[in-house]
Amino acid sequence: MTASELNIGLALPEIVLLCATCVVLLVDIFLKDHQRAITYLLSLVALLVTALAVAIQPLAGREFAFSGSYVMDPAGRVLKLFALAAMALVFIYSRSYLQQQRLLGGDYYLLALFAMLGVLVMISASSLLTMYLGLELLALSSYALVAFKRDCAVGAESAMKYFVLGAIASGSLLYGVSMIYGATGSIELAGIAEAVLAGEVLMLPMAVGLSFLLVGIAFKFGAVPFHMWLPDVYQGAPTSVTLFLGSVPKIASFALVLRVLIEGLGDLHESWSGMVLVLAVLSMAIGNIVAIAQSNLKRMLAYSTISHVGFILVGVLVGTAAGVQGAMYYALVYVVMALGAFGMIILLSREGFEAENLEDFKGLNARSPWFAFVMLLIMFSMAGLPPFVGFYAKVAVFGAAIEAGYTWLAVLGVLFSVIGAYYYLRVVWYMYFEPPANEVRPLPAGDLRFVVSANGLAVLALGILPGPLLSLVAAVIPG
Amino acid sequence: MAENFPLLSVLVWLPIVGGLAVLALDALKPGGGDLRLERWLALAVSVVVFLVSVPLWVGFERGTDAMQFVERLPWIERFNVEYYLGVDGLSMPLVLLTTFITPLIVLAGWQVIKEKPAQYFAAFLILEGLMIGVFSALDGLLFYVFWEAMLIPMFLIIGIWGGKRRVYATVKFFLYTFFGSVFMLVSLLYLYAQSGSYAILDFHQLPLSLSEQTLIFFALLAAFAVKVPMWPVHTWLPDAHVEAPTGGSVILAAIMLKMGGYGFVRFSLPITPDASMSLDWLMIGLSLIAVVYIGFVALVQRDMKKLIAYSSIAHMGFVTLGFFVVFAIFANNPDGDGAMLGVQGGMIQMISHGLVSGAMFLCVGVLYDRMHSREIADYGGVVNTMPRFAAFMVLFAMANAGLPGTSGFVGEFFVILASFQANFWYAFLAGTTLVLGAAYTLWMIKRVVFGEVANEQVAKLTDINAREFSLLAILAFMVLLIGVWPAPLVEVMEASIAGLLDHVAQSKLVGP
Repeated sequence: MTASELNIGLALPEIVLLCATCVVLLVDIFLKDHQRAITYLLSLVALLVTALAVAIQPLAGREFAFSGSYVMDPAGRVLKLFALAAMALVFIYSRSYLQQQRLLGGDYYLLALFAMLGVLVMISASSLLTMYLGLELLALSSYALVAFKRDCAVGAESAMKYFVLGAIASGSLLYGVSMIYGATGSIELAGIAEAVLAGEVLMLPMAVGLSFLLVGIAFKFGAVPFHMWLPDVYQGAPTSVTLFLGSVPKIASFALVLRVLIEGLGDLHESWSGMVLVLAVLSMAIGNIVAIAQSNLKRMLAYSTISHVGFILVGVLVGTAAGVQGAMYYALVYVVMALGAFGMIILLSREGFEAENLEDFKGLNARSPWFAFVMLLIMFSMAGLPPFVGFYAKVAVFGAAIEAGYTWLAVLGVLFSVIGAYYYLRVVWYMYFEPPANEVRPLPAGDLRFVVSANGLAVLALGILPGPLLSLVAAVIPG
Repeated sequence: MAENFPLLSVLVWLPIVGGLAVLALDALKPGGGDLRLERWLALAVSVVVFLVSVPLWVGFERGTDAMQFVERLPWIERFNVEYYLGVDGLSMPLVLLTTFITPLIVLAGWQVIKEKPAQYFAAFLILEGLMIGVFSALDGLLFYVFWEAMLIPMFLIIGIWGGKRRVYATVKFFLYTFFGSVFMLVSLLYLYAQSGSYAILDFHQLPLSLSEQTLIFFALLAAFAVKVPMWPVHTWLPDAHVEAPTGGSVILAAIMLKMGGYGFVRFSLPITPDASMSLDWLMIGLSLIAVVYIGFVALVQRDMKKLIAYSSIAHMGFVTLGFFVVFAIFANNPDGDGAMLGVQGGMIQMISHGLVSGAMFLCVGVLYDRMHSREIADYGGVVNTMPRFAAFMVLFAMANAGLPGTSGFVGEFFVILASFQANFWYAFLAGTTLVLGAAYTLWMIKRVVFGEVANEQVAKLTDINAREFSLLAILAFMVLLIGVWPAPLVEVMEASIAGLLDHVAQSKLVGP
């Protein structure tokens, strides 16, 4: 391997993050519980430095490293920066929650940083093995995070479920990878794409491999019918972990789809779009309908996640540049909204009490008009109402679907979003129309107060001026 | 005023900013404190908005169907969406209706709203801005943004300040309208995919095959029919009206229902003329059912607000009848004599109904504030204790029944005249409203206002105060003004309607 093939400088962000994480790890060992603020700050610094490394990296279009198993391109840069920013927000949201719930170990930050490393690797994966590497790093850290509250039986149970199902999905994915390798003779995505284009593919193993690969992807994304783990894990995990699971890995999942399905297997679009179509329709249907029956907000948001995954997959299955752009925009926007929604749960939680039931939001307008308003912004945005950012995400995805001739799918999608509107409305009605269940006014820490407000206003601001982010996404996903 | 002063933008954003200012004012003095300041601020904002909108009427160039007061800026470049505002003769009167009604609503809620008054006034101001946005948006997506965003303040208004079953009513209202609207979104996206632009005027020029037109027509119909509301998707309206606070009912009846009618003339007719032509029987049929059947339904109501709600549906049936009878007229004679009358009648009916139904709901609100009952049976002989109020209520009831000399007459008369050009039986059925409308309105008046004093509570009623008097007097003046002298209103609309009819008369089918 020559130096130019190695091109190790391209992986600078990952290297920086790994080193920084190791430093945090070492420092954390010598800290006492009341000094965890240092771990927190160091973790933020680690993210910041990594983000700088991503931002300053000179990039001329699409560049490869490690003999084609690692890629960096403008889309990857945007995704990485977004993921890092989302992770930083997760940390800021989590700090006071962890204190309240007496979860003082520094391992939360460490595990999350390792998961972050996995996410970065996934975003830059250009070979199926690199992808698997990143995926497992993310997944293993996530399993541990879910079980992070050691004395909590529900948490342990969710972690176990997550782990067992996740292991099966990884196995399926790996099996699919081996089949595809057998069918095309290449493990690099570029090589696979070449083989497909040249028609030198054994169709049967390819089809089997593709199916297994999709099962793995659908599991990681949480698409129906591979969604079973998601509600249990979201509900059982500590809210700060749910916050993480609901946000950053979605960007990674989108990257996975982008790299593997669009860039690697784009020419087999006809073969996989039908399967993704089924996933998308089922996810939109099950997610939106089952969410109505939930009384636990974390579980409701889990089903809402499933439905949003369905909407994202609509953009993916269309497969056109506009569709992929729509899906990417949707994924980014969803992360902003999910952070806000889970952030609100954290904000309303107090020592020994998690505001995870819908009932806990009753009469919030009487207790704290401002945060009720912030939650209103987020809920209406998730429901896809203008002038909030969630609306443009739907416009981008369904617009692409209609352009590609999937008008019926767009009709189906908007119908499901009407069904979905009901449960978001219910949160608003609990906050505004019901008398308060208790008189407790939320008194969050200053930083939390600020970040939640900013997050809610971002949903509105991105909705009033959606142009820049849409253009950015259009610029990095070439037509 | 400068030539390129962004008048419409000011009209859209001033109330929204004003509403936020009311909220901010409330937040800055925790613990409630004096409410006066917020009320006065809200009133000031709404009055200023009305004054700012007057140049729209004065400076409006008659005799052209071109868009005026146009503002056009790129907004979302990725999708070629523009911040594109402008009004013509169809939308300008509706903008004025909005700015005219809002100060009255602020006044109507003056002392009545005890719970979170700042949020109440802010919600109405924000709603006003969004509604003006709907009437002045010339970009499809921008229109949709305003159209949907409007649901949020209305949802809160009914849900927070409404009656007993407010949650049921407001969720029903929201889901019904949201359900209709998403179909419009799909058709807008489709039109964009075909034309590469979201400008409504570009949609007007876009050639479409009949099957495309038919699908788009039904998609738009879903959105507009729910809003109007047309039979059989009207069932949300009585619930919403009954449960909404007075101000909410007024805004719902006076302005929100007009958006459906406006949608037909701005979207359905010009974008899908051939589908409208081939489906006119359906629309005329639904309109006549609304007029006749809903008229009978109104007759048996025991709740005053419900009765007026049903009468609104019947009156809005006239609007849609006026718009779609045009096609039947074209089918009879290609010159289209009388087509003009139909659309004019529909438009005037919208303005008139905005004033009259608003006034009727205010009257019921006046009674409700005193008696806390909307049941007709709880009243009787109100004229004995509230003579001045009774005079107003009888006047508005007459207008509601379409008495000549009131605004209610003009629109109905135009539409019936136009219907004669199409088909005698259309006109005949539409004409039954003169009997039915009079029957349900006047019968209610008889039971509520006239007769002996029914019970002790009625005996204790106090007549309207200066605030209520001025509210009703302003509306009464407008109702009579349009009734005896509709010419200025007709003149403003004339060129735009003529342009619309020219456009509608031409088929836009592509190929053989």
